[in-house]
Amino acid sequence: MSNRLKLITSGFIKNNPTFVLLLGMCPTLATTTSAINGMSMGLATLFVLVLSNMAISALAPYVPDKVHIPVYIVVIATFVTLLQFIMQAYTPAMYETLGLFIPLIVVNCIVLGRAEAFASKNGVLDSACDGLGVGLGFTCSLTVLGLVREILGSGSVFGWNFIGGHDGMLAFVLAPGAFICLGYLMVLFNKIANKNK
Amino acid sequence: MAVQSNLKNMALVLTLTCLFCSAILGGAYALTKDPIDKAAEAKTAKAIGAVLPEFDATSYETVSVDGKDFNYYLAKKGSETVGYAVESSTSGFGGPLSLIVGITADGVVYNTSVLSHSETPGLGAKCTTDEKFTSQWKGLNPSEKILKVKQDNGDIDAITASTITSRAYTLAVQNALSVVSVITGANPDATTGATSSKEETSNE
Amino acid sequence: MEYFLIIISAIFVNNIVLAQFLGICPFLGVSNKLSTATGMSGAVCFVITLATLVTYLINKYLLLPFNLEFLQTIAFILVIAALVQMVEIVLKKISPSLYQALGIFLPLITTNCAVLGVAINVVTKEFTFGQAAHMLNLGESLVYAFATSLGYGLAMVIFAGIREHLSMNDVPKAFKGVPVALITVGILAMAFMGFSGMVK
Repeated sequence: MSNRLKLITSGFIKNNPTFVLLLGMCPTLATTTSAINGMSMGLATLFVLVLSNMAISALAPYVPDKVHIPVYIVVIATFVTLLQFIMQAYTPAMYETLGLFIPLIVVNCIVLGRAEAFASKNGVLDSACDGLGVGLGFTCSLTVLGLVREILGSGSVFGWNFIGGHDGMLAFVLAPGAFICLGYLMVLFNKIANKNK
Repeated sequence: MAVQSNLKNMALVLTLTCLFCSAILGGAYALTKDPIDKAAEAKTAKAIGAVLPEFDATSYETVSVDGKDFNYYLAKKGSETVGYAVESSTSGFGGPLSLIVGITADGVVYNTSVLSHSETPGLGAKCTTDEKFTSQWKGLNPSEKILKVKQDNGDIDAITASTITSRAYTLAVQNALSVVSVITGANPDATTGATSSKEETSNE
Repeated sequence: MEYFLIIISAIFVNNIVLAQFLGICPFLGVSNKLSTATGMSGAVCFVITLATLVTYLINKYLLLPFNLEFLQTIAFILVIAALVQMVEIVLKKISPSLYQALGIFLPLITTNCAVLGVAINVVTKEFTFGQAAHMLNLGESLVYAFATSLGYGLAMVIFAGIREHLSMNDVPKAFKGVPVALITVGILAMAFMGFSGMVK
């Protein structure tokens, strides 16, 4: 059991997809205009990660090696489309905000990467825990980046404005700010992570 | 891998996977179609409710003005026409700017609402939040005001540093007004066609 | 005239990497050498244009008429995976040296958000390009896809050039590698923002 717990917690620091594995950069930069958006994107990816890891782990023994990439991709695409249906029906506003990046979860290197590196070689429950860990790590990274960009760029925290209706430093909500914030956060993360080593 | 990679196995597994997944998706699609449609309807009702006074039924129609098709919602309360919610879209600064303009039967703008835009945050994107800009459309009578931004010798206050967005917005409202004048017969140059009718209660 | 606007818009105003955030992973991964950056751009260009052509046709003649839009994601990604496999085979025969140089990044074009992103955008979004908002037809889509990949190439080549210089400079230890690259891209993105508003 503690083995499974380790799988989950390693997704935060040791295997953090954003700061360590450097995967899933596109949604990281594009959807973190606010903390809520970042968190929603992270949770959406978590949903796909856990389910596709479990499905692929169950299917892996029956898939011929040469055709395993297309098969995994089809499985992941199925879960992404399911997610699209669910979000369209029950969270239409967030679905529109995240827009193109929901179907792009299919090509999120994290999902295929974990399927390839872990799920295809381990049991269903272990793969679920791995997906959960990496997904939670991803969600945390996105939420932190979104929070930083939101505080600096719009002067609000999770939608609660604290600078009285004025605009913040807009550059942080736009494209350049995303890259620059992520760069600095990466430096910070490396410093913290290396201090604990 | 436990299964051999010959052509038969590969084709079999891939085809089976695709068929199985498509079947799952087909089923899920059928299951979620209703909630998705309901969510879309609620969104439209909310949009119309924001730009027109109280109504209890709408019908979705199309009218052709100057060779271009415009969609609008005809809102009624009982048998009386409350107004028209016209979908009007123009080219903004960063992409299409889509508005829904609520015009009462007497040709006065009741309110406007932005459906979608690609404007710059903090500048053109203020077309949805800037009180000074959005409030001037409420109750705007086209016979009393020139529908151009002040920079073009009109009466409309543009958003600070976002003249292009403001121009696009003004043009969209102008188009909506000319659509309504065609519908109400002030200008007989048009063809109309009803596409669907809906019984709906307005919110608030 | 409209095609010219499409090209300018796709390369400069709405650059796929610097404004739309698509294709970042390979962008950061391949751009430390100018030669691999150019090779990668060429491969991506070919895949994006061809993929957009095939997915547009599939969407128009297979998915829409039979109400199968919900299969869009699966269908599109399968097309892209097949195309990349094809490019791999062709490249191995024509230019084995380039094939070796690109290494793992060639099959990774399948997971390049830019390819799937452009394919989906073209069939779902409305564009203006100097006219009223409309969905693109096949010709406009192809020009858009090709120009987008040119913009990708441009961004990659500029960035690779900068990175080659950066690697010879004294970067603080904590910033070495990806962080300083990200900050550089941010400044590059800021520069490209100057193009906004050029094409309505």
